[in-house]
Amino acid sequence: MNRYFRAKIIDNLPLNTKTSLLTIAPLEPAINPEPGQFYMIEVGNSYDPLLKRPFSYFRKISEGIQFLYTVKGKGTALMKDFKQESVINVLGPLGIGYPGPPKGYIPLLIAGGIGIASIFSLAEVLAKKAYVLYGAKSKNELLMLNELKSLGNELIISTDDGSIEAKGTVTDVLNVFLTSHFSLLTSCLLYACGPKPMLKAVSKIAIDNDIRGYISLEENMACGVGACLGCAVRVRSQKSEARSQRLKDFNSSLIYKRVCKEGPIFPIEDIVW
Amino acid sequence: MNLAVHIGHLKLKNPVMTASGTFGYGEEYSEFVDLNMLGAVIVKGISLKPMDGNPSPRICETPCGMLNAIGLQNVGLKTFLKEKLPYLRKFDTRVIVNILSDTLQKYVRLSEALDDAGVDGIELNVSCPNVKKGGIIFGTDKKTLARLISNVRQSVKKAVLITKLSPNVSNIQEFSKIAEGAGSDAVSLINTMPGMAIDTDTWKPKLANITGGLSGPAIKPIAVRMVWETYNAVKIPIIGMGGIMNAEDAIEFMLAGATAVAVGTANFVNPKVTIEVIEGIEAYLRKRGINNLKELIGGLKCRTIQ
Repeated sequence: MNRYFRAKIIDNLPLNTKTSLLTIAPLEPAINPEPGQFYMIEVGNSYDPLLKRPFSYFRKISEGIQFLYTVKGKGTALMKDFKQESVINVLGPLGIGYPGPPKGYIPLLIAGGIGIASIFSLAEVLAKKAYVLYGAKSKNELLMLNELKSLGNELIISTDDGSIEAKGTVTDVLNVFLTSHFSLLTSCLLYACGPKPMLKAVSKIAIDNDIRGYISLEENMACGVGACLGCAVRVRSQKSEARSQRLKDFNSSLIYKRVCKEGPIFPIEDIVW
Repeated sequence: MNLAVHIGHLKLKNPVMTASGTFGYGEEYSEFVDLNMLGAVIVKGISLKPMDGNPSPRICETPCGMLNAIGLQNVGLKTFLKEKLPYLRKFDTRVIVNILSDTLQKYVRLSEALDDAGVDGIELNVSCPNVKKGGIIFGTDKKTLARLISNVRQSVKKAVLITKLSPNVSNIQEFSKIAEGAGSDAVSLINTMPGMAIDTDTWKPKLANITGGLSGPAIKPIAVRMVWETYNAVKIPIIGMGGIMNAEDAIEFMLAGATAVAVGTANFVNPKVTIEVIEGIEAYLRKRGINNLKELIGGLKCRTIQ
């Protein structure tokens, strides 16, 4: 078993104008991913772009591993041209996944935009047991809806422009949801992935309502294995951690953690926005 | 085939090392690379006390390279000796420790402690571009550099002493001569080149530190040129680095005069690259019927400069 392997492109299916579903089949024995983990994908074999790109794992199917990606820059533009049967190098699964909900807790999953990739992997494991709030800008940016519906979770869809289902952001929907499901406040555990402003808003709601949970963070990344320290983010630490790192910084309760190694999933209360 | 080289009195089984800051403390890559295969592991820069590093974003990609401003985040000497060094010692490879500080006294204390702990080499980092207190002042001022090296020299008895030079000087030959004259057993070059990138949507710098160090294939020609210039100036061995992505790049550095090479940013691109470089050098020598790697060192065919 090796976390660095060659994989064949099985399919590279556009879902809308910006986002595609990539399916790869490892050509060597590969490790099974956990929900919330990610992979570094080689986007080309020239030196520009140089680095692999990190993507949350979306789903594992019998043919291989699937990812959702949105074309944003040079790297993802090259991925859009991935041809079936071509072979790429892949590193993963990396990072720690979402910790499962302890007994008695009701999982409340929140996905914004492409954040559905990471949330879907968790929603699949928690099938029929979770509430899933999923928001996108508009109807045609909602991804993999049928697959999501088939998981049997309590699904609430929203779009920013109201082109389908509830109008508003997923955080608006979360506020309404918590008001109408008041009894869940003490028993729900939140899981969120999406754009940074959304995650920040979700965190605030969680903290204001004294709800615990986890968030998947994104950061520029070079190695993916904890060596380059490029993806470090400042988080609140437990006192023991600060002590073990012997930090006597001006703000000793804050330490740097690597998104690729100690993350990408972090407890909401630890994140410094 | 003989791939062994010497850096001072230190014998390496092959000339391929890992550049400081790109291979963690070895452990991070041990699932991809058999560390026993490497000539040496140069670990992430160590300071006397742990350092937090810079705010994020700390890295960004640029054409054929990347900028970093990690800010020398490291576990500090004590934790390194207690937790990181014992792990590396389990492998049959040389351990070279990159050290950094802001005062001469601390450099001396660090090197004494590491020499006592039995590390194979000490690489004086006097060239980090990202932290004012990361030694760059020592690397760009000739008098300060000479004083630093000769002081550290006195405290290092067993380990080889390597000075990592900054490319951010007008004349690398002068600085390499200073390193040699002050008692450095070898020089390593180049550290990253200071650089900068701007987001044209937000008009903000792409790094929180504003500037960072450029690494990767983009800087390779600069590094090869500086190794060549240094080779023509000093007799001590040179550890060449800067954008080595494969065996051919490594050989280029050796032809320019490097006795050994360090692979850096390429580790991020391909975690197994160091092994591929070693195997590639071996294949190259076999193909050309060269029995001793040392024939490559400074083998450049050209009219002498000056």
